[in-house]
Amino acid sequence: MREINAGVIQDNVQKLFASTCCDLGCDVENSIKKALDAEKASSGKKILQQLLENINIAREDNIPLCQDTGMAVVFLEIGQDVHITGGYLYEAVNQGVRLAYKNGCFRKSVVKSPIFRENTLDNTPAIIHTDIIPGDKIKIIAMPKGFGSENMSAVKMLKPSDGVEGIKSFVLDTVIKAGANPCPPVILGIGIGGTLEMCTLLSKKALLRDMSQKSSDKYIASLEDELLDDINKTGIGPQGLGGKVTCLKVNILTYPTHIAGLPVSVNMQCHASRHREITI
Amino acid sequence: MAKFILESPFTQDFSKIHIGDTVYISGYIYTSRDAAHKRLYELILNGKPLPVDFKNQCIYYTGPCPKKPESIIGPCGPTTSGRMDKYTPSLLDLGLKVMIGKGYRSDDVIKSIIKNKCLYLSATGGAGALISKCVKKADVIAFPELGAEAIYRLYVERFPTVVSIDSYGKNLYVEGVKKYRELYY
Repeated sequence: MREINAGVIQDNVQKLFASTCCDLGCDVENSIKKALDAEKASSGKKILQQLLENINIAREDNIPLCQDTGMAVVFLEIGQDVHITGGYLYEAVNQGVRLAYKNGCFRKSVVKSPIFRENTLDNTPAIIHTDIIPGDKIKIIAMPKGFGSENMSAVKMLKPSDGVEGIKSFVLDTVIKAGANPCPPVILGIGIGGTLEMCTLLSKKALLRDMSQKSSDKYIASLEDELLDDINKTGIGPQGLGGKVTCLKVNILTYPTHIAGLPVSVNMQCHASRHREITI
Repeated sequence: MAKFILESPFTQDFSKIHIGDTVYISGYIYTSRDAAHKRLYELILNGKPLPVDFKNQCIYYTGPCPKKPESIIGPCGPTTSGRMDKYTPSLLDLGLKVMIGKGYRSDDVIKSIIKNKCLYLSATGGAGALISKCVKKADVIAFPELGAEAIYRLYVERFPTVVSIDSYGKNLYVEGVKKYRELYY
């Protein structure tokens, strides 16, 4: 049994959010650079150039690249041989989020009641997902999720007979309906299988994959390529103003499901795909 | 595609400016988003004076991050304009000339843009840090209690935008996509 103090978790959560809001991963930056070559529309090219310039300014000045610094999503993979001491784990996570958003001058975008909508003023509570894994370490993943893209996400319980064609048309419908709203070029996280909540969680986890990696499953990897290709023929383009680059990457995660079901979830992410992790 | 540098408040007409053109805005512009628009709209409905005379002016839909002590303003990219559609025609009728935001506008807004010979410009969503560098001055001039949603008067230099709806009602969100669409199903 290894002991980890809740204060250490709090500090790490704070550091992860502080850095990821201002310093976009190089994998995303490189994929925008590649997209610049593929883009034919002149407004589209200018927009992609602005995004690259924006990434540099944010990094150099240590300011958020987008004013929507999101709702704080935290994934915790907790080794079963870990004992957390010195406080409650979820309170430590929330305190880390609170301090990161206060000290970083990030926008506080969380309202307490979805109906009455009073701001909590500190961007908490975080959305916390925990998995128990073998071992004596904790992996913390911080993911500030903006809502321009979150609002355009969708889930559908398809019939098994809808098959892969049904999945493809649902994904394309979702992207076309979203149009300019999620600030394209987007990254798509897709969950297929499981139950209603499992497939949506998979679609969020799918957004955490490095931009240079494909699914390890050959069939799924080719489905990712095919969807990306189709999405980039919709003409939506950067910011929805027309062009070739609507989507930078499609990531699919799957899970076994019920004989009667085919759940599919599409989680939309704008180019500000901010996530950072540490294992302690 | 042509390039224009427009000084706000505006004195010229926009008849030579078309969708897809690049427009750099310099001068004084006003921020306003959901909550401030709602208040402006209620003042108009009740026949009360507005805190700003919007004649020949420009509104930018944004809700900035809090600023750091050493900076002028926090990152301030555009927010989705469509949420302001309900309130927009009344403001255009009062002389508002240019709107900067991102995303689609309703048919009513487009009709009002044609009627009042206005421009709707799109800024790059997600480029909040870059846009904050164009802001040289920022003062809250109305509804300070709304925080990020207060009305700020900004002095901007070469704020980069693209014309997405021109004064003829042509719409780049429709025309641009049509031009590059290869997939029909």
